[in-house]
Amino acid sequence: MTGNTRSTARNGFRKHSLALALAGLTTAFAASATQAATWDVTITNLTNGNHFTPLLVTAHDHDTHLFQVGMPAALPIEHMAECGHLDPLLATPEVGAIDADTIANPATGLLAPGASTTAMLVTTETHLSVVAMVLPTNDAFLGLESQHIPNEAGTYTYYVNAYDAGTEANDEVLMTAGACSYTDSGMMPGAPGMDAGTNGTGVATADSNAMIHVHRGVLGDQDTAGGNSDLDSTIHRWQNPVAKITVTVTP
Amino acid sequence: MRFFQQKQHPHLSSYLAITVISAILLTLSACGDSDNNDNTSNNDATYDITVYNLTNGQPFTPLGIVVHDSAYMPWQLGETVTMGLETLAESGDPSAFLTEANADSAVVMSTSSSNGPFGPGNSETVSITVDHAASLQLTVASMLANTNDAFTGIRNWNIGELAVGDSVSTMARVYDAGTEANNETAGSMPGPAAMGEGFNVVRDDLDRLAVHSGVVTADDGLLTSALNESHRWLGQAAKVMVTRTQ
Repeated sequence: MTGNTRSTARNGFRKHSLALALAGLTTAFAASATQAATWDVTITNLTNGNHFTPLLVTAHDHDTHLFQVGMPAALPIEHMAECGHLDPLLATPEVGAIDADTIANPATGLLAPGASTTAMLVTTETHLSVVAMVLPTNDAFLGLESQHIPNEAGTYTYYVNAYDAGTEANDEVLMTAGACSYTDSGMMPGAPGMDAGTNGTGVATADSNAMIHVHRGVLGDQDTAGGNSDLDSTIHRWQNPVAKITVTVTP
Repeated sequence: MRFFQQKQHPHLSSYLAITVISAILLTLSACGDSDNNDNTSNNDATYDITVYNLTNGQPFTPLGIVVHDSAYMPWQLGETVTMGLETLAESGDPSAFLTEANADSAVVMSTSSSNGPFGPGNSETVSITVDHAASLQLTVASMLANTNDAFTGIRNWNIGELAVGDSVSTMARVYDAGTEANNETAGSMPGPAAMGEGFNVVRDDLDRLAVHSGVVTADDGLLTSALNESHRWLGQAAKVMVTRTQ
């Protein structure tokens, strides 16, 4: 949904609220599609040794897609998947600025293995997307892709895969200096668990699949001072799903 | 018109003539329905079936596609696979799998994609038209070519209740047919990473269908493997999307 359509929907809601107050309309009318609901969205990191960068949690309509598995990653998704940066996504018409139904960084920082965080959205929308980079990787991200959320009260649970943005070689080499940029041809921006190695010579060259696809996992090795990978094969591997997302809907 | 001439044939008894005329009228009446619809049955349903290859290093072999009702069961976890599915999973050739399907009275139609294997990041779409029934189900299978006997697919997926214009998608996991040892040697896998053997009638694995544990590869210590880390996958390998267009 574009920013313009979104504000139209909000104006519509205000008009209905006004009408309700003035005319005391029937319950049936009050339950129309523009009634705002509260979504408590809880994200849990299910991995053994991977952190999530700040999460983006955003509600939107059924035509909006931040990303689509099997299709190329848009540039703002590449920024998020390679460096954890959310600002480019927040500048898109699909997401828009932070507001009642677009929450960025609910954990106020990284989400550690086993940890949970909750974002509370107040929304008139119907679909939910959640994204964040998985660290330490080159361009892995967890993604809930335009999931329809029922408008009945209840708690709904979704399990989320790690996807490969398809935009950077999975060299598994850790950056040692400088700021992360999506223009890097490789290099992982950080290993928050402080459990990575150094001097890896590089695992993989460019992806064979340049679309967003299911991440094949990291390789790692057991050489903390060399080898191909700076990752530890006993710590940084994962199986899908990597995240659990529960949405508690209060109409 | 030929039948109307027959009815007037002088050698026919009146009884026969009446029988023939009745049959003709029934036939014409049945034809009339389709003639009113430009010779297409108004019960046709058309489905566009698209499979996305979501792996990084596994070409998918031509899709085996079967439309059927719930009495058809192409495979079951823990059970042995048919010779047709073994052939698909070891060589990528879906024809024996489809021949088996066609012999099943619960199968409505079967087909395969016609453009050969398709690689990571690509997709293949097949459009099929069948008589609509609410009970219609879809089965799709395709080999991961750089493996011994791995295939991805979905089975017994309900598509009969889709309305025209509806689109649904699901993710597909990878199965191990269990009919060939997963030694990953160059001589044993037909894909471009190996160019080895396809189907072999010998069953030298557990001989039961399992969720595939993934390939190990030379990069992870299996030094006799013809594969490297780029050929790995985690869990799901494909997205299957079905859109009803008619």
